[in-house]
Amino acid sequence: MSKRIVSATINGEVNQFLVEPYDTLLEGLRNELGLIGSKEGCGNGNCGACNVIMNGELVNSCCVLGVEADGATITTIEGVAEGDSLHPLQRSFLKEAALQCGICTPGFIVAAKALLDAEPDADEARVRHWLAGNLCRCTGYDKIITAVLKAGDEMRQPAGSRQG
Amino acid sequence: MVTTDKPAYKVIGTRPIRPDGIDKVTGRAVYGADIRLPGMLSGQVKRSPHAHAIIKRINTEKALAFPGVRAVITAADFGAGDVAGLPDTSKNVLAGDKVLYRGHAIAAVAATTELIARQACDLIEVEYELLEPALDVREAMLPNAPILHPNMRTKTPTGPGEQPSNVVAHAAVAFGDVDKGFAESDVIVEREFKTKMVHQGYIEPQSSTAMWNEDGQLTVWSCTQGSFPARQAISAMLGHPVSKIKVVPTEIGGGFGGKIAVYLEPLAAMLSKQAGRPVQMTMDRVDVFEGTGPTPGTSIRAKLGATKDGKFRAMYADMAYENGAFAGSAANYATMCITAAYDIENVKFDAFDVVVNKPRTQDYRAPSSPAAAFAMEQLVDEMAEKLGMDVEALRMLNTCKEGTRGPMGMPHKAPGHEECVRQAMNSEHYKSPLEGPNRGRGTASGFWFNVGLRSSVSVTVQPDGTVSLIGGNTDIGGTRASLAMQLAETLGVPFEDVKPTVVDTDSVGYNDVTAGSRVTFASGMAVHEAGKNVIKEMTARLAPTWQVPAEEIEFADGSFKSKDGSKTGTFRDIAQAVVGRGVGLTASGSVNAGFLQGGGFAHAIVDVEVDPETGKVTILRYTAVQDAGTAIHPAYVEGQMQGGAVQGIGWALNEEYYYDDEGRMANSSYLDYRIPTTLDVPMIDTIIVEVPNPLHPFGVRGVGEPGIVPPLAAIANAVAHATGVRQTQLPMNPRRILETTSGQ
Repeated sequence: MSKRIVSATINGEVNQFLVEPYDTLLEGLRNELGLIGSKEGCGNGNCGACNVIMNGELVNSCCVLGVEADGATITTIEGVAEGDSLHPLQRSFLKEAALQCGICTPGFIVAAKALLDAEPDADEARVRHWLAGNLCRCTGYDKIITAVLKAGDEMRQPAGSRQG
Repeated sequence: MVTTDKPAYKVIGTRPIRPDGIDKVTGRAVYGADIRLPGMLSGQVKRSPHAHAIIKRINTEKALAFPGVRAVITAADFGAGDVAGLPDTSKNVLAGDKVLYRGHAIAAVAATTELIARQACDLIEVEYELLEPALDVREAMLPNAPILHPNMRTKTPTGPGEQPSNVVAHAAVAFGDVDKGFAESDVIVEREFKTKMVHQGYIEPQSSTAMWNEDGQLTVWSCTQGSFPARQAISAMLGHPVSKIKVVPTEIGGGFGGKIAVYLEPLAAMLSKQAGRPVQMTMDRVDVFEGTGPTPGTSIRAKLGATKDGKFRAMYADMAYENGAFAGSAANYATMCITAAYDIENVKFDAFDVVVNKPRTQDYRAPSSPAAAFAMEQLVDEMAEKLGMDVEALRMLNTCKEGTRGPMGMPHKAPGHEECVRQAMNSEHYKSPLEGPNRGRGTASGFWFNVGLRSSVSVTVQPDGTVSLIGGNTDIGGTRASLAMQLAETLGVPFEDVKPTVVDTDSVGYNDVTAGSRVTFASGMAVHEAGKNVIKEMTARLAPTWQVPAEEIEFADGSFKSKDGSKTGTFRDIAQAVVGRGVGLTASGSVNAGFLQGGGFAHAIVDVEVDPETGKVTILRYTAVQDAGTAIHPAYVEGQMQGGAVQGIGWALNEEYYYDDEGRMANSSYLDYRIPTTLDVPMIDTIIVEVPNPLHPFGVRGVGEPGIVPPLAAIANAVAHATGVRQTQLPMNPRRILETTSGQ
């Protein structure tokens, strides 16, 4: 087998990288592009630490082959902040102490972004349902759920009234 | 938050954003598997498919010849026989002549890609002579059980046993006269309880990267809970001096005790030595479940006696803890923890550490105590039922107090149990009635020590008057913040003026593990000492500038002041004056805070609903109460309480190592092992109790561990009240609930 070239728009930039046909998208992101923010906790889609948004859909990048990403538009944790301004979810996770060890945090933030982009008024039940595919062993989820709900509150406010 | 008398702190008790936070919400933080080095090889481990077998022969020739393979190692590469001081560690890292559990490492391979390394592992030929496994803790204690270690003789109070045995040790502990105590009791409750082996479940698998230079300088990057102990273990296994080993702690993706022991570090180091290139080894989730150390399953037979007015008179427990493949000491801890919350004159414990053909167990958050509390606190609950008393009132009647015999046999100092129960009883949750069918409320208490041990930090005053705090404890859940806050309080500067960094083993004095609820407690003591030393040195330098004798300069509330009041300056002003235009200023603080020190109590109130058709237990409401001594960063204290509660919920309701008869774990994935998800738990309410710890300058108690102790029993008590049936075995999954409640 020989490596394949994958061309994808990642965090707003067109990237080309090489993958073996059996490499996962997660391996391509981490090993070829140096985007180490996506983590491997299980390798089989159980934990969500590798979550990225691909063509508008939340996916476990450990369950997507690298070659499947050819032509795709992908947002990883590294693309969630805008310039030097953190995303409301990132600010909210910090303010609410919604992380302890932090290994699951990128996956949670990406997953929550996928939810709030589509449903900024998601309530606790909806947030819990949506994030059931992301495992956290440190926090007991309480502060994560709170952080996502508060970020949703902020994202629902008119742009001009948002706090920087 | 409930506060007793407390000094007016400026920084302690606030909720600043953690200094490492931005790296962790943007994906920049570098964890174990994120290390990238030029020419790095992938290392993989060959593991035993059998639970118990003699290794007759290992042939690595085909693996070595496989294209892309750069090194293959077995136990033989580490020298024959036991490693001095670490015999079990070395045998656990790589099996020599015998495999003792499925997943036991046998050999390791370094290759140019992960796939080649995995394929090469399959090419290593191992000839086994299969042995019958010992899998149940009580059966393993029987004389005819399959023996794991032919040389093992039970350590007993009267000397070693005569025959080979799987019982590592029999600890017999007694205070008072337990027979007399039971004779004086009007009511006795007695049951046998069983819990299963469970895993810490940290989301980041173990990962280690090693680079052995030609001059023998070895660098190891690891997501370990203890870089200094890891350095010692690597040194012992490789016969290489610690002075030539630098361990760099990466960020760590959870540990809970499971990342104290070394697994991959010595292998990566040896592979790098042989291959002449850096080697990275990362476990997959199956490796983590089968090849690392979960916490013991238990069998506890316990008996509690009380007078008819509710005074506990006697407690007896026979406690057997599965240590897994090698010796451990969990049962011994259990004897100290099981009655720590109470004043009971007459107690007797027989505690057995037992080896079985399962992974070598390791610490997991308050090791031994949750299973002990699962027994004790159900007996307390049942006793209250039999006496017709409110269980919290019964706890208050029997609670430990100042001077009560404590867990180590010495008197308790400022124990917070009574205050925890009082605050629980005063809570809105406890005062709200629980209504509806199939519902029940349960409560329980729990204890765990603060492990003190050794910590060392240094503090450098920067020219602009801010300070750097250099520490060696990996930050597993916000300790950069909690230590920086204690330094800011000591120096009277804003939190933002302290910049904490975690460094490698060459760059700071010795630090023991990030474990045992000890970092904010013991390293906090080192930070306080370093801060005092900074003030002392600044005072000495200020004296000639101010032309005032050093002993006439005072430091308080963040300002230096001459006694006559003529001269004054803030920390920052003075720092700029004495450091900004002069030579650098670094001070250190080092402590040895002893081993098991004081400790903390936790309490829980939980409401459940049990579905009579499916047997599913739903947690409706949970309130965690815990004595933090002094809460440095209350949000992270709450986080520890909530995290411990939810791990306990998983342990109570669902988690277990599920084995077949041949010792194969049948659920070694997150999907099948299934730790709690967002859908399995409600919000976890917290009540922080603050009974200052007399052993710490700011009154801190470590808060990492006690929160996992109460939930097992609290949930079992709640289920008992919902269904009328006592739950003596974990997990209380739907099958067990249906089996035990059918016909009710």
